[in-house]
Amino acid sequence: MAPKSRAPATTPSTTAPTTTTASTPAKSSKSGSSSAPQDILTGIWNNYVNKTPSRVKLLDTFMAFLVVVGALQFLYCIIVGNFPFNAFLSGFSATVGQFVLTASLRMQTNPENSKEFEGTSHERAFADFVLGSFLLHFFCVNFIN
Amino acid sequence: MAVAESESVFTPATSRNTRGMLRVIILALIAAAAVSSRLFSVIRFESIIHEFDPWFNFRATKYLVQNGFYSFWDWFDDRTWHPLGRVTGGTLYPGLMVTSGVIYHALRFLTLPVDIRNICVLLAPGFSGLTALATYLLTSEMVTSPSAGLLAAAFMGITPGYISRSVAGSYDNEAIAIFLLVFTFFLWIKAVKNGSMFWGALTALFYGYMVSAWGGYVFITNLLPLHAFVLICMGRYSARLYVSYTSWYALGTLASMQIPFVGFLPIRSSEHMSSLGVFGLIQLVAFVDYVRAQLPSKQFQTLLRAIVLFVFVVAFGGLVLLTVSGVIAPWTGRFYSLWDTGYAKIHIPIIASVSEHQPTAWPAFFFDLSMMIWLFPAGVYMCFKRLTDEQVFIVIYAVLASYFAGVMVRLMLTLTPIVCVASAMAFSQILDTYLDTKTPKVDSKETGSSDAAKVAAAAVLPDGLRSTRKPVVGIYSYASKLTVVGASAVYLLLFVLHCTWVTSNAYSSPSVVLASRLPDGSQHIIDDYREAYYWLRQNTPDNAKIMSWWDYGYQIGGMADRPTLVDNNTWNNTHIATVGKAMSSREEVSYPIMRQHEVDYVLVVFGGLLGYSGDDINKFLWMVRIAEGIWPEEVKERNFFTPRGEYRVDEEATPTMKNSLMYKMSYYNYNSLFPAGQAQDRVRGARLPAQGPELSTIEEAFTSENWIIRIYKVKDLDNFGRDHQSATSFEKGHKKKRTAKRKGPRVLRVD
Repeated sequence: MAPKSRAPATTPSTTAPTTTTASTPAKSSKSGSSSAPQDILTGIWNNYVNKTPSRVKLLDTFMAFLVVVGALQFLYCIIVGNFPFNAFLSGFSATVGQFVLTASLRMQTNPENSKEFEGTSHERAFADFVLGSFLLHFFCVNFIN
Repeated sequence: MAVAESESVFTPATSRNTRGMLRVIILALIAAAAVSSRLFSVIRFESIIHEFDPWFNFRATKYLVQNGFYSFWDWFDDRTWHPLGRVTGGTLYPGLMVTSGVIYHALRFLTLPVDIRNICVLLAPGFSGLTALATYLLTSEMVTSPSAGLLAAAFMGITPGYISRSVAGSYDNEAIAIFLLVFTFFLWIKAVKNGSMFWGALTALFYGYMVSAWGGYVFITNLLPLHAFVLICMGRYSARLYVSYTSWYALGTLASMQIPFVGFLPIRSSEHMSSLGVFGLIQLVAFVDYVRAQLPSKQFQTLLRAIVLFVFVVAFGGLVLLTVSGVIAPWTGRFYSLWDTGYAKIHIPIIASVSEHQPTAWPAFFFDLSMMIWLFPAGVYMCFKRLTDEQVFIVIYAVLASYFAGVMVRLMLTLTPIVCVASAMAFSQILDTYLDTKTPKVDSKETGSSDAAKVAAAAVLPDGLRSTRKPVVGIYSYASKLTVVGASAVYLLLFVLHCTWVTSNAYSSPSVVLASRLPDGSQHIIDDYREAYYWLRQNTPDNAKIMSWWDYGYQIGGMADRPTLVDNNTWNNTHIATVGKAMSSREEVSYPIMRQHEVDYVLVVFGGLLGYSGDDINKFLWMVRIAEGIWPEEVKERNFFTPRGEYRVDEEATPTMKNSLMYKMSYYNYNSLFPAGQAQDRVRGARLPAQGPELSTIEEAFTSENWIIRIYKVKDLDNFGRDHQSATSFEKGHKKKRTAKRKGPRVLRVD
C-alpha cells in the first residue's frame, strides 16, 4: 500500500525531463506524456501481448498458475495453521522450485536471450528442465512424509 | 610437479592427444602420491582408527553395516549419555557412514570381502585422490593454462593443511567433506559459466551430499549467495546467474532438508537466511531486468523506485516481525564465536574447551601451507586483474576463508583448497612465462623500443600480466630463464620435502597408540589406551557404566563397548557439567552424583609418570569451568588456584584441589612407585606431597602399564549403613586393631 501512494508523488519530477528531452522513441514519448502508474502498466501489458512469442506465453501462464497455487498454500498456512509442516513446506517449495525452473526454461528458450545461452539448444534446455523437475519432485515426495 | 613442468616443455612437439594422455597419467600419479603420503600411520603403527570422533563414526558404520540402513536411520543409542541416551540416527551427519557402507557392499558384491575397518581406515586417503582431481577441474575452469590445474592438484594432494584431517585412519566427516566442498564449487562455477539447469541441479545434488556429510556445509550455503550477491552488486547480473543460482537454491535447499539433523534449519536459522535473501533478491532483479527490456528508461526509473521502496518496506517489516515473533532462530553459539573470538570463552566454555575451536596461531599457516602462503596473494591479485565471474568467486572465497581460518584452527581446512588454487595460478604464470622457448626469435626489433612498447602496453592495456606472455615483451636471456625456473624447481622440491616431513612427523600419529624412542633409537610403542579398554571389555559386565571426561566417551564406546555418561557429541552441556562437578568436587559430594547416575567405573587419564601432557589434570580446569557454568556457587575456579594465582599440584596445591576426586584418582598410590618423598610428576615438573591422597568411596581397579589410564571401581553402599569415610577408617582401625588398642592406652600413658 505504501509504495502505491508514494509512486505518484515521485512521478512529477520524472515527467519533466521526459517531455523536455523527447529523445526517447515515439512509443515511449506517447506513453511518457502521461506517465501515471496505470499508463506505464498498460504500456507494459500491451508490449507484452504484442511482442512475446506464444510458446513463451504458455510458459508464463504456467508460472502464473504456480504463483496462484503457492499463494493459496501460503494463505492456507496462515489462516488454518501449519500443522503438517513437512507437507506445507514441500508443497510450497514444489511450487516455488517449479516456478524457478520454468522461469529458467523461459529465459533459456526466449529468443531475446539467445546470445547469453549460445551453447544451449531448446531441446537441451527442455531436457535440463525435465531433469530439474524430476529431482525437485523426488525431493518433495520424499520430504512430504 | 617436475612432471608438470616437463609437460609444458613437450607442448610444441606433441599432439593434443598425447597431451591429454599425459594429463591423465599425471593426474593419476598425483592421486597416487596423495594416497600414499597419507599411509605413514598405517605403515608405522597399524591399520587403526585414530583419535576420538572417528571412533564414533566407526561404531556407527559398524551398526549401519550390521543392521541395515533403516534401523540405522532410527537408531536410538542407549549406550551413550547414560541415563538419557541419544537419538543417534537423527543427530548425526550420515554421509560418511553411508559412503563407507556403500563401498563395503559394492566390494562384497564384487566378491571382494574387505573388513569394514579397513574401508574406514582407507576412506580418507582414497577421497584425497578425488579431491586432487576436483581441484584440477576447479582450477581448469579458472584459467586457460593447463599447468595451473595440474599444479593445483599436486598442491592439494600433498599440502599438510589438508593432510592433517585425512591421514589413513582419521575417519572423520572432513575426510569426504573436503572433496565434496571442492567439487560443489567446481560444479557451481560450471553452472554460472554455462547458465545451465543441468549443472545447477548437479551442484544441488552434491550440495545435498555435502550437507549429509559435514556441518561445514554452511560455508557453501553462505559463499554461493555471497558470490551471486557480489555479482549483482557489480552490475554483472545475467540470465545465466539467475538460472544457476535459482536451480541450485530450489533443489539444494530441498535436498538439505532431507537430512533429519538439518531438517527445518534452512528456513529457520539465521545462518541460512542469506541464501534465502539472495534467492528473493535475484527474483526481483530478474523481474526488473525483464521489465527494463520492455520499457523506455524514464518510465522504468519511476517503476523501479516504486518497486524498490515497496520491497524494502515489505522485507524489513517481515524480518522484524519474524525475529520478534521468534520464528527465525537466533544465531547459534558456534557462529557467534566466529565473529567475536572472545565470545565462546565467556559464554560457552564447552565450545572453547575444544582445542580445534581455538584461534589459529600464525606459525600454523606456514606449517600447514608452506610456500603457498606467499604465493596465495599473488594468485588472488591475478584474479583481480581479469575479474571474470569465476574469478570474483576466487576473490570472495579467499577473503572469507582467510578470515575464518584465522578465527578457528579447524577452519584452516576450508582455506586450503583456495590457497592451492590461487597459488597454482600464480606459480603456473611464472612457469609459463619463463619456460617459453620461442621468445628469442623476435630479436628483429631492437630491445630499446620493445622496452618502450612494454611500458606503453602496460599503460594502455588493462591486463598487463597477460601482455607479458606475448613474445614481443618476453624474456630474452636464457640465463634469467634458467635462474627463475631453477629457483621455482627448488621451491617445489622444498615444498615436497616440507609436506612429507610435516605429514610424517606431525599428522601421522593415531593418538590412540603413542610412539616414543628408546635411548638406543629404536621405537617403543606405548599402548596403554587399548590395554585399558581391553581390560574393560574383558573384566566388566556388559552394561557397566563408565564415567570419564567427555573426550574419551567415543573411544570407550568404540573400543571397550561399554555405556558412557558423556561423549564427544557434547549435545547436553548440563550432563557434561555434572560429570565435571563429580570430578572436581570432594568425594562426599561426588559419590551421590555417581550413585545417581549408576556409575560403576571411573576412568581417568594420567600422564605424570610418562610425561604425557594431554592428560586429565591438564584438562581439569575446563571441567571446573564447565561445572562452574551450571553450579557457580558449588564449584569455583578460583579455589583451584593458589593465592598467587598458580595452578599447582604439589605440596602447595590448594585444599580444594587436593580434595577433588580428579586429583585423588590421578595421584592415588602414585608415590608407591618412588622412594619416600621423591614422587615426581613429569608433566608438570612438580614434586608431590610425601603423603599421597586417600580414597574412600572408590577403589582402584586397574592401572595400565605406563599409568596413562587408571580405572576405579565405585564402591557399593556400605553394608552397615555407615558412610564410606568412617567405614574406611574403621577398616584401617580394624586392620591395626591390636596395635590401635595398644595405642589407645598410649594416649593415656602420655597423660
